[in-house]
Amino acid sequence: MRQWNTRKALREERIAAGAGFATGKLVRPETLVDFLEAVLRPGDRVCLEGDNQKQADVLAKGLAAMNPARIHDLHMVQSGVVLPEHLDVFDSGIAKRLDFSYSGPQSARIAKMLFGGKIELGAIHTYLELFARYFVDLTPQVALIAAVSADRHGNLYTGPNTEDTPTVVEATSFGSGLVIAQVGEIVDTLPRVDIPGDQVHFVLDAGKPFYVEPLFTRDPAAMTETQILTAMLAIKGLYQPYGVRRLNHGIGFNTAAIELLLPTYGEKLGLKGKICTHWALNPHPTLIPAIEAGWVEQVHCFGSEVGMEDYLAARPDIFFTGPDGSLRSNRAFSQTAGLYACDMFIGSTLQIDLAGHSSTITANRIAGFGGAPNMGSDARGRRHPSAPWLQAGAEADPDTAAPLRRGRKLVVQIGETFGEGNAPLFVETLGALELAEKLDLDLAPIMVYADDTTHIVTEEGIANLLLCRTADEREQAIRGVAGFTEIGRGRDKAMVERLRERKIIQRPEDLGIDPLDANRNMLAARSIKDLMLASGGLYRPPSRFRNW
Amino acid sequence: MEILHFDIAAPIAAAGTRKMALVGVVASGNLEVLVERGDAPDRCAIEISTAAHGFRDLWDAVVADFVGRRAAGGLRIAINGPTPCRCGSPRASA
Repeated sequence: MRQWNTRKALREERIAAGAGFATGKLVRPETLVDFLEAVLRPGDRVCLEGDNQKQADVLAKGLAAMNPARIHDLHMVQSGVVLPEHLDVFDSGIAKRLDFSYSGPQSARIAKMLFGGKIELGAIHTYLELFARYFVDLTPQVALIAAVSADRHGNLYTGPNTEDTPTVVEATSFGSGLVIAQVGEIVDTLPRVDIPGDQVHFVLDAGKPFYVEPLFTRDPAAMTETQILTAMLAIKGLYQPYGVRRLNHGIGFNTAAIELLLPTYGEKLGLKGKICTHWALNPHPTLIPAIEAGWVEQVHCFGSEVGMEDYLAARPDIFFTGPDGSLRSNRAFSQTAGLYACDMFIGSTLQIDLAGHSSTITANRIAGFGGAPNMGSDARGRRHPSAPWLQAGAEADPDTAAPLRRGRKLVVQIGETFGEGNAPLFVETLGALELAEKLDLDLAPIMVYADDTTHIVTEEGIANLLLCRTADEREQAIRGVAGFTEIGRGRDKAMVERLRERKIIQRPEDLGIDPLDANRNMLAARSIKDLMLASGGLYRPPSRFRNW
Repeated sequence: MEILHFDIAAPIAAAGTRKMALVGVVASGNLEVLVERGDAPDRCAIEISTAAHGFRDLWDAVVADFVGRRAAGGLRIAINGPTPCRCGSPRASA
């Protein structure tokens, strides 16, 4: 006779084993390591909440302090590999296998450990893809999550940085796994309930807030005139002709410059209300001037941003907020919004090849993807029309009858031909390919595939890949905006001029843009202090950005 | 500091009568450019002083592109403190 409740029985065993180190649901903090060794089993699939921003840092330290003779070979399934402890567990043998999405600050070390065989890599995912697998074949047996506060029943308040928590808890708790939360404090009454207590089995009072990183703050003072020129090109050459109202911006100075040009350059072009009204976006401080000038109708956020909390709470018409007034973010929902309900993704990358594949991975840095491959891809399941989507579809496929023609999402890569450290943006062979070969991976970690990429913007102009009809045209369109990089110097000049006549390539002068106008005076805010002033003092920049 | 010299045929002669022009300030973080009248109206002489060594090939391309597209004949141009990439963009030659 088959037992049908082995998973729940195992969870009951874990709860019983952990109860000896807890009072009710509250884990006694001094027994954290013993507690973790009691509830975990070797080989467990574990989600240690490492999000894009917030980190279950105290639980991570506890996990790393366990005795590898007792608990070993864990399979970590977490979106962000951010803290040193996230990799320490692989060094000590506590963990063995890893499935993840993003590894920004640990990108160099994770590469070294992959090459050294310390980590058995499952796959590098986009966020939504990893979340999807939590419900199919990577359901965590134990989740270690982070919240702002809890009550005695285990109800959790996650505050503005809700991020991945509801998704992780949904999969783990209803999949008969064990949920352990670290919180900054225990309170009698929560400001709002983000996670119901019956889905949470243990709570650790960490006595301090979880670690959170400001990731989306770009100081306008560091913006260059070249970046401003690329932003002008994007607004006049893409946002205006396609009428892009629903969009996502990636992280970077080029897109931050676009945000700061809306109330100035965008206003001059008469585009207010016609572009950039609805967003799936982290709360970028550089969007404040556009919001204050009445450009923005609504923003849904993946996560929050350090210092933006009071501003977000004071603008509930724009942002999604709870009964307590604070932001409610949700990475899974916002990623879905970015995939299905946005007409444009625009972001930066480190490398673009001659086909138009792009990657942020180089041979010794594995930064992962985050959300870019999801937002930077055409949603084949999309069925609702919109003007930009239909227009892009018509450009790509003019011959199919309109009612049967798929639209296309605008997927734009924006950058300077030479990036940080004068590294060329355009390359013959992506570092991702070399990495795949070295690690014997089935797939090269491509961030945005060529067949999803519709436009490339550099200071030399815009390449419209939708209008290219052959691989050769596509290559020359890319070379034609690659400036003085080797790829750019290798262009067929006559062919590039022909592409320009067909508006596959558009130069600043073709769009009526004088590069001499690309001036810092055009920015709606020229410093972090300007952003704070634009917010009426509601934006409180973290100390590292306070340089006045 | 690497100093690069170029003296190349310039198909389009510069107009105007002004003897010289100077923009930018050395050590300001931006580059300094001094433009003077040269000897031959069909030549352009360019001297580049840069802290970024080893970009001769790139400068060749930038200088050829600039002289090919702009009215640079008869000019002697001295550029102080550029990095080839930023300066190599059409931004600088526009």
